[in-house]
Amino acid sequence: MSAALLIARRELGGYFRTMTGWIIAASVLLIDGLLFNAFALEGQRRSTEVLTRFFYFASGPTMVAAVFLAMRLLAEERQLGTLALLYASPVRDRDIVLGKFLGALAFLSGVTLATVYMPLLILVHGHISVGHLLAGYLGLLLLGAASLGLGTLGSSLARNQILAAIIGAALLVSLLLAWLLASVTEPPFSALFAAIALHNAHFPAFQAGQVHLRDVAYYLLVTWVALFATTRVLEARRWR
Amino acid sequence: MIQVEQLSKYYGARAAIRNLSFRIDSGEVVGFLGLNGAGKTTTLRILGSVLLPTSGTVRLDGQDIFTAPRELKARIGFLPELPPLYEDMDVGEYLAFVAGLRGVDPARIRARVGETEERTGLAALDDERISTLSHGYRQRVGVAQALVHSPEVLLLDEPANGLDPVQNVEMRALIRSLRGDHTVLVSSHILPEIAQTCDRLLVIRDGELVAQGTETELEQRLGVGTGVELEIAGPVDAVATALRGVAGVRAVTVQAANGGRAVLRVDAPDTLRPALAQAAVAAGAQLFRLDVSADRLESLFLRLAGRGGAA
Repeated sequence: MSAALLIARRELGGYFRTMTGWIIAASVLLIDGLLFNAFALEGQRRSTEVLTRFFYFASGPTMVAAVFLAMRLLAEERQLGTLALLYASPVRDRDIVLGKFLGALAFLSGVTLATVYMPLLILVHGHISVGHLLAGYLGLLLLGAASLGLGTLGSSLARNQILAAIIGAALLVSLLLAWLLASVTEPPFSALFAAIALHNAHFPAFQAGQVHLRDVAYYLLVTWVALFATTRVLEARRWR
Repeated sequence: MIQVEQLSKYYGARAAIRNLSFRIDSGEVVGFLGLNGAGKTTTLRILGSVLLPTSGTVRLDGQDIFTAPRELKARIGFLPELPPLYEDMDVGEYLAFVAGLRGVDPARIRARVGETEERTGLAALDDERISTLSHGYRQRVGVAQALVHSPEVLLLDEPANGLDPVQNVEMRALIRSLRGDHTVLVSSHILPEIAQTCDRLLVIRDGELVAQGTETELEQRLGVGTGVELEIAGPVDAVATALRGVAGVRAVTVQAANGGRAVLRVDAPDTLRPALAQAAVAAGAQLFRLDVSADRLESLFLRLAGRGGAA
């Protein structure tokens, strides 16, 4: 097994062995369920519209959960001194980052997919396409991966988990609110800010059941840039 | 085996270590001695690839560990000052994870974990959650993780840190048992602790290597090791005068006196012990104890590593 997968497996196991993972999973499922009942099912709507609203409301808890899952990834290693174990092993820094990220992503994916009973209820009682379902979940996973990437970068910059969560959330909110900047700036900046908005510019298509390559590429790019920066931070730490 | 040349590490303008050069041969157990803040941990972290130096090289069998393939790192085992433990894992599970990271053949991992647990006295704790272990056992798990991939070189940073006397003795025995199978560099700020364990000592002060050699060589070089202690009952002043009369004695001080007994410290070569015993008894003393002064190592340490000390 490669070093990255070994680290990913340990990380995934860590979420199940500690209360943190269970609390985050339970919170996401509870909030998603509440939002689904309170808003998605509200009033008389067509099944497709209910599913679209489900994905819209599920995206918020997914992003928040990603930041909380990511906050421990590297900040905790620094706090506990276990980063020295990884540094002293014949493992590349990028494998450390990738392993940590994949472990958290696997957990987040599991939690996200555990919400599938809600869309299935719509499927049983109404008319929705499986394509819409798959596109929505693909969007949630890509949005979650990008949020996790930003959270991982925050975790690499911080000395403790609280600070890591704050930095991760700040990075995430900056990208989320880019659309606000777009509305108050002149071209070409308005177009740039509109294009990099994490949710507004790229998630609505997924929640409506459409998959556009540009949206997939955007989320993958955000994830890659965040993980690349994290690797650089980790490399730089060897000098300090 | 390990060749360190002109190794320096600066944090801004402050030098944590400066131009360190030393060599450790295969199979040696070498003590790395210095006060807190002398630069021991920085040096070991660099040797363990956790930290990069500002300048200088570290070679393992001629290969620079900073530019050589990653696999070279698998030949080194490192126990940092704070054992790097995942507290949510069981002991066996943790060691298997570390073995995997260090490139042990997956088919051999279980066997290696078992062997390492046997060697470090952890066999009964394989299923134990690390967070529930006492400080002494956590330290052992720290040593076990450094050993699990059977590295040629072991770097142990203050392995006896915070251990009680019994655990301390066990840790020394464990380190002694590594002699021959591994090349070991073990740091400490307590000389008696590593003097009993190591073949040779490297002494670091304010980031610079100030002395190296065996304990005896260092004592001879510094003229330390000349203290003899006597515990007696009887006429203390008369005995002290008699001892001062023995050729080769430079000074006699009464260090403690209670319950009718007194401890006299004689500044003299320890080869004079028979003559000192005779003189004390002839002066009317009942001799309860005569041995090399207990503060000999302390004195050597202060001379070597103490701030402003003369090396």
